[in-house]
Amino acid sequence: MGPWGWLALASLLLAGLLAVSGRLPWRWRRRLGRLGFWLLLLLLFLYTVFPFYWAVVSSLRTGSALFSTELWPRDPAWDNYLSIFREQPFARNTLNSVLVAVSTVAVSLALSVAAAYALGRVSFRGRMPLLFTILAVSMFPQIAVLSGMFELVRAFGLYNRLGSLTLSYLVFTLPFSVWVLTSFMRELPKELEEAAIVDGARPLVLVLRIFLPLMAPAMVTTGLLAFIAAWNEFLFALTFTLSTEQRTVPVAIALISGASAYELPWGNIMAASVVVTLPLILLVLIFQRRIVAGLTAGAVKG
Amino acid sequence: MAAATEAGTNEPGPPPLRRGSALARQRVRAAWLFLAPMLLVLALVAGWPLLRTFWFALTDASLTDLRNYAFVGLLNFRYLLTDPDWWLAVRNTLVFTLVSVSLETVLGMLIALALHARFRGRGLLRAAVLVPWAIPTVVSAKMWAWMFNDVFGIVNELFLAVGFIDAPVAWTASPDTAMAAIIAVDVWKTTPFVALLLLAGLQMIPEEIYEAARIDGVNPVKVFFRVTLPLIRPALVVAVVFRTLDAMRIFDLVYVMTGNNRTTMSMSIYARQQLVDFQDVGYGSAAAALLFAIIAMMTVLYLMAMRFGREE
Repeated sequence: MGPWGWLALASLLLAGLLAVSGRLPWRWRRRLGRLGFWLLLLLLFLYTVFPFYWAVVSSLRTGSALFSTELWPRDPAWDNYLSIFREQPFARNTLNSVLVAVSTVAVSLALSVAAAYALGRVSFRGRMPLLFTILAVSMFPQIAVLSGMFELVRAFGLYNRLGSLTLSYLVFTLPFSVWVLTSFMRELPKELEEAAIVDGARPLVLVLRIFLPLMAPAMVTTGLLAFIAAWNEFLFALTFTLSTEQRTVPVAIALISGASAYELPWGNIMAASVVVTLPLILLVLIFQRRIVAGLTAGAVKG
Repeated sequence: MAAATEAGTNEPGPPPLRRGSALARQRVRAAWLFLAPMLLVLALVAGWPLLRTFWFALTDASLTDLRNYAFVGLLNFRYLLTDPDWWLAVRNTLVFTLVSVSLETVLGMLIALALHARFRGRGLLRAAVLVPWAIPTVVSAKMWAWMFNDVFGIVNELFLAVGFIDAPVAWTASPDTAMAAIIAVDVWKTTPFVALLLLAGLQMIPEEIYEAARIDGVNPVKVFFRVTLPLIRPALVVAVVFRTLDAMRIFDLVYVMTGNNRTTMSMSIYARQQLVDFQDVGYGSAAAALLFAIIAMMTVLYLMAMRFGREE
């Protein structure tokens, strides 16, 4: 480590020690503490955001400019973006990802909202073991079902087709959706149902008329999280598709290669990365509160 | 990957009706009807393939023809347990899990504490923290691989400027640093998630407790260890357990950053290489089954511990 590094480290340590030790007057301790706090927040912000910023900057550079480490892209060039759509079927890959993620989400939401009603509102023998089995399935390592799933995919004639991904992604989106929707379903007041039952409503009517509208926000949250999981999946997509046209975006990005292993087209890779990530980041920023609520649903109450 | 981490351990909801009545019996019947489609699909995509994997593990099946194979008993497992590469994969996975989950927990706790404080721009920072979580793993792996590039990478540039290193380092190619690079990316990507879980836990602690400590003039560090940590323990345990189970099955990050390289190979990478690249479904399934057994054992231990915790 050079002299500047040591100096920075030493002064940080000293400031920290002084702030905690109680040797300084209260006012100074508070000022130091506040300065440290803001520095920490700044550092945190840079740490979380800089890598993506750097990908954006790199995606706007071509040729030898790519090797510059200047933090601001002077004369941005869009060649990389044009090239991933012209020289590679990247538009097709994106469409594949959308189709797979949307179909997976649709199937898992439909199946799991019905199941969540049963698990969340009706008390029957074997409910807890069932819930824990579903939780256990969501902890399955994907590799453990790979060979069996490969056989299944071939038996259905889905190898190298998008259907293989919709089918196999259910293994992680379904248990997760059931679990989260069940925990939301439980929080609805029981008076709702009692009135309807007294009126003689049948269970199916109950679910469609009363619970489905009330569950809409929870389903948006769950659907979003399932969408992100399906959009990001790599292992099954890598294994069950073969041709470039059938690939989803993560596999396409992972397999972008140059003239040789040592000449990866980093500009293209970064452009592709930005294209697939930007929509996700927007979604996450828009639905920030919902997503956090979904992620913590159930998890904290244990 | 993030799919499983949201689960929790709620008590069952309030049963709206007394058991035993005709109406209640009708409701239970309807409940099973509502459950049936989900259970059937789950059995098809999870139960059946898992059983087939266990069965294949006892055979010499090959990927080229999954129909013709011979039963070989525990032979695959015998080879597996004597393969130094498998043990290396086990070791790598354990090192990765231990180091990354520890770092994520400590860092996640710090970030959660920072985000729990009131300050201007908190909303912005909270959104920024979600960015790494939203980025696909493959993309994070590529982004960081570019930043870690030995010749043009900005990490080398930065570290050279500050003086942490004297010469450029091939972070992902060198056996000494490859695992550290992978862990760094995983920590970057997953810490936000841990932080959000912990933040939700922090927000459930009543304010009054802190006020009492503040009036008594207790040192903030002491407040953290004596008050916050015990109260946030349930959320902490859930976060650590789910992160651990998730880290044990790591695949995409390692695959994209270092491929099938031996020095960083995880158990999932090992199993897939045997299964797909070498077409040895029998042997690969044995490795996958063993990984499943390890994770299942950890899950069962966790569930048992939780049950005991509740009965206390």
